[in-house]
Amino acid sequence: MPTVAIPSLMRNLTDGEDIVSVKGNTLREIINNLENRYPGTKEKLCDGDRIHPSVNVYINGVLTRTAMHDHVDEDAELHFLPAISGG
Amino acid sequence: MVRKLHVQTAINGETVEFLCEPRQSLLEVLRDELHLTGAKEGCNNGNCGACSVILDGRLVNSCLVLGVEIDGKSVETIEGVAEPEKLHPIQDAFLENAALQCGICTPGFIMSAKALLDKNPNPTEHEVRYWLAGNLCRCTGYDKIVRAVLDAASAT
Amino acid sequence: MSENKEYKVIGTRPIRHDGVDKVTGRAIYGADFQITGLLHGRVLRSPHAHAKIVSIDTSRAEALPGVKGIVTAQDLPAAEDKMADLGEGAVNLKYLCDNILASDKALYKGHAIAAVAATNPHIAGEACTLLDVEYEVLPPVLEVRQAMEPDAPILHDNIRTSSLGETGEKPSNVASHLQHKKGDIEKGFTEADVVIEREFVTGTVHQGYIEPHNATALYNPDGQLTVWCSTQGAFTVREQLAEILQYPISKIKVVPLEIGGGFGGKINVYIKPVAALLAKKTGKPVKVLMNRADVFEGTGPTPASYLTIKIGATNDGKITAAQTSLAFEAGAYPGSPVGAGAMCVFAPYNIENVLIDGYDVVVNKPKTAPYRAPGATNAAFGTETVIDELAETLNMDPLEIRLKNGAKEGDRRADGPVFPRIGFIETIEAAQEHPHYTSSNGKKHHGRGVASGFWFNIGLESSVTISVNPDGTVNLVEGSTDIGGTRASIAMQAAEVLGIPAESVNPTVVDTNSIGYTAVTGGSRTTYATGYAAYEAAQDVVKQMKARAAKLWDVDEDNIQFADGEFSSINGKEEQISFRDLSAKLSQTGGPVVGRATMNPAGAGGAFATHVVDVAVDEETGKVEILRYTATQDAGKAIHPSYVEGQIQGGVVQGIGWALNEEYIYNDEGEMTNASFLDYRMPTCLDLPMIDAVIVEVPNPGHPYGVRGVGEVPIVPPPAAIANAIYDAIGVRMTELPMSPDRILKALGKI
Repeated sequence: MPTVAIPSLMRNLTDGEDIVSVKGNTLREIINNLENRYPGTKEKLCDGDRIHPSVNVYINGVLTRTAMHDHVDEDAELHFLPAISGG
Repeated sequence: MVRKLHVQTAINGETVEFLCEPRQSLLEVLRDELHLTGAKEGCNNGNCGACSVILDGRLVNSCLVLGVEIDGKSVETIEGVAEPEKLHPIQDAFLENAALQCGICTPGFIMSAKALLDKNPNPTEHEVRYWLAGNLCRCTGYDKIVRAVLDAASAT
Repeated sequence: MSENKEYKVIGTRPIRHDGVDKVTGRAIYGADFQITGLLHGRVLRSPHAHAKIVSIDTSRAEALPGVKGIVTAQDLPAAEDKMADLGEGAVNLKYLCDNILASDKALYKGHAIAAVAATNPHIAGEACTLLDVEYEVLPPVLEVRQAMEPDAPILHDNIRTSSLGETGEKPSNVASHLQHKKGDIEKGFTEADVVIEREFVTGTVHQGYIEPHNATALYNPDGQLTVWCSTQGAFTVREQLAEILQYPISKIKVVPLEIGGGFGGKINVYIKPVAALLAKKTGKPVKVLMNRADVFEGTGPTPASYLTIKIGATNDGKITAAQTSLAFEAGAYPGSPVGAGAMCVFAPYNIENVLIDGYDVVVNKPKTAPYRAPGATNAAFGTETVIDELAETLNMDPLEIRLKNGAKEGDRRADGPVFPRIGFIETIEAAQEHPHYTSSNGKKHHGRGVASGFWFNIGLESSVTISVNPDGTVNLVEGSTDIGGTRASIAMQAAEVLGIPAESVNPTVVDTNSIGYTAVTGGSRTTYATGYAAYEAAQDVVKQMKARAAKLWDVDEDNIQFADGEFSSINGKEEQISFRDLSAKLSQTGGPVVGRATMNPAGAGGAFATHVVDVAVDEETGKVEILRYTATQDAGKAIHPSYVEGQIQGGVVQGIGWALNEEYIYNDEGEMTNASFLDYRMPTCLDLPMIDAVIVEVPNPGHPYGVRGVGEVPIVPPPAAIANAIYDAIGVRMTELPMSPDRILKALGKI
């Protein structure tokens, strides 16, 4: 099952949990399942049915431009970090 | 409209005539009137050296010289440094030493280095650094530029 | 994938493909572009740091002979207050547009207000002096702590502090707050025997590229907009133009000409949309060039910052906890690199308990832009200075404490991600073994300092096509603008695959109509990601060429192998043909071969550096001289070692400038008082020794040749390394950048 690292400013929604396992084969499924378990999380990560432009998705530690329908591996670890860019 | 003046000069050994406004700098004349765009504008006030050319044997920032001042004089620019089928040893040394990254300062550095080596064919590292201190490079940290000029000196 | 092997091209030092053009003055940079009928544009900029724009009267300027068109914010489509996704991160469209031409308020001195197109640049400049702008001057906010005060003047009435979805109640200059938390910070400090907490301040600094921004735009009567310019990314320019002008991407072509440095500063657009507006208004091509003062005052520098760093360690040097608060100046609109600073601040160390808070704060200075490892240098100045003080307190060697705590594969960063194979430890060991570090440095007023740094690097999209010529050479088409020799480092990766010399690859950087999407030359991604795309495109060529060889010899494709530039038939028929000879037979085996690849690789791999510096401090004048400098860095695999060394040396020297001289100096009215290269003092070659760049190679598992981006991390350690060396020399801890002579004398109590 993929694991999701919960940003520290969202842990008030996850009873303080920092890493949780969430079912799902796509980013959309993972975020929806996360929302079912911890209501309010989707609103922070998404702008409608897309990742919020100010949030970057990291899969296994690497910045990706994963779309909501993209497949996510069974053993993947996801992070949501503020969007930044390099020089 | 400002009345233009007639100027006759020699650029890279060729006689050139042009009209220019009294307020136009030599850099503007080279770039905009004569389309010799090898000299670059980095600051337009003599601080960066990207527009370096050699005027009657003397290294100058072309942004600090007026176009009308070169009447009857002789100007060397980056476009005249290489022979048709052979680069100048300084140009070869810059390539061999990877002494450029973005390359915008390179024409100015090559003109400065040429002016130095024309006068002092065997400079020390300190002399090279002193002479090139009027040319800014933001990419290389100067290490490879200084080495290239020292290499060019030993090659000639 | 990346075990040590013998390469034929990778690791050699060929002459760069664009070299001759660049040493003969023939390379065409943005400002060199010429086109018939060209008009020249000039931008009028705000003389005030903070002012309401009451009115703009253009009538006197319009009456000047030679003036062909004037534009103001009124000529921009009305911008919505919404987030626009520009590929390189999200931007509020209203802020983006207001930074191009101010609509209601001027938010910094140098903020663009209006622009004029005229028959020559002098007339355009004169016309700007005839534009009558009425301002209502407001008090400026010029420093991050001042801006965070509850009673500070507010820049934007609509900004409420956002904290991952939570929004504050009332207007604030703090646009956002972010946080990373790992372990139990209280417990971590309780476990420590020594805790050191310090405050640091860094100044606003500029990338300092030598080529000013430039743009030439042309609207054709069919609505096609073409923009010729120097930029780090033609596609990101296209995206920004489409958003700002609300114009279809299909009607915009961006042609990247040679670029004279960027370092992050030539990603955002400034005058490109202005040139487009003027071109539309006049129906003529318009060229707009910045002068040097425009560049300092009207483009994005990297932020000033205020940070606190608190680190605790046990007596044996194990770091148990680290906490920081990073407050970064965003400039006039939100979007400082505080997020990146927060990712990097403690990343080099494996620390169990970490708390990181970051604040993005607007002030009346130009909107900040990326600058080489944005945010990381500010952060490392604090962390690496406190670690030096910890080592001193614990009587440890400063490299030993870094070795003891240094991050390795499998360690988790405070912001979440787990490190893949990285080479931090190897850079420390390389520094320890270097003759510089083992030599003595005993003279009075001489000091030695060390510091390390991290930058995460990025991947993102790149596209490459390779077509085979009948003489065995190939043409490589790419979308990454070449700022420092990447034509060579990308071509070499294709050459290695094809078994041909680097010189047999002709790399060309093309416009946005001519190649698949390619992200910016930035984030230390180009040799990594575009190089990876070149590798894959070359593999595609090999695959197609194998099919041709199979056809030639009438064997099955599976029976063809390719090694060392030779195709051969295995299993039965003994046939062999070189890449070159097969290239000559393409027309008789089915026609041209074009390989292609688009990549969005996910394994950029982080970059680490460890630096050693010796300084001499003149206690009379406060001047710090750099005597010797050694920089070790993990490059993964150096494709062209000369240009890797060049990136390291250049980054170090920018870091030296940041450490010792460079800063925007403001008066009380918020005017930058040193907006020239004479007064904004960047290092010259007379200020420096040779910079010894030591390449360490711990291959990146995320790239076929093991490449890691190298461009950014070298700027990260220098300010801290130099501060530590100054302490070693004169016994004073410097906590403010730059460490200019006046600050040194103040620290010594002499003034």
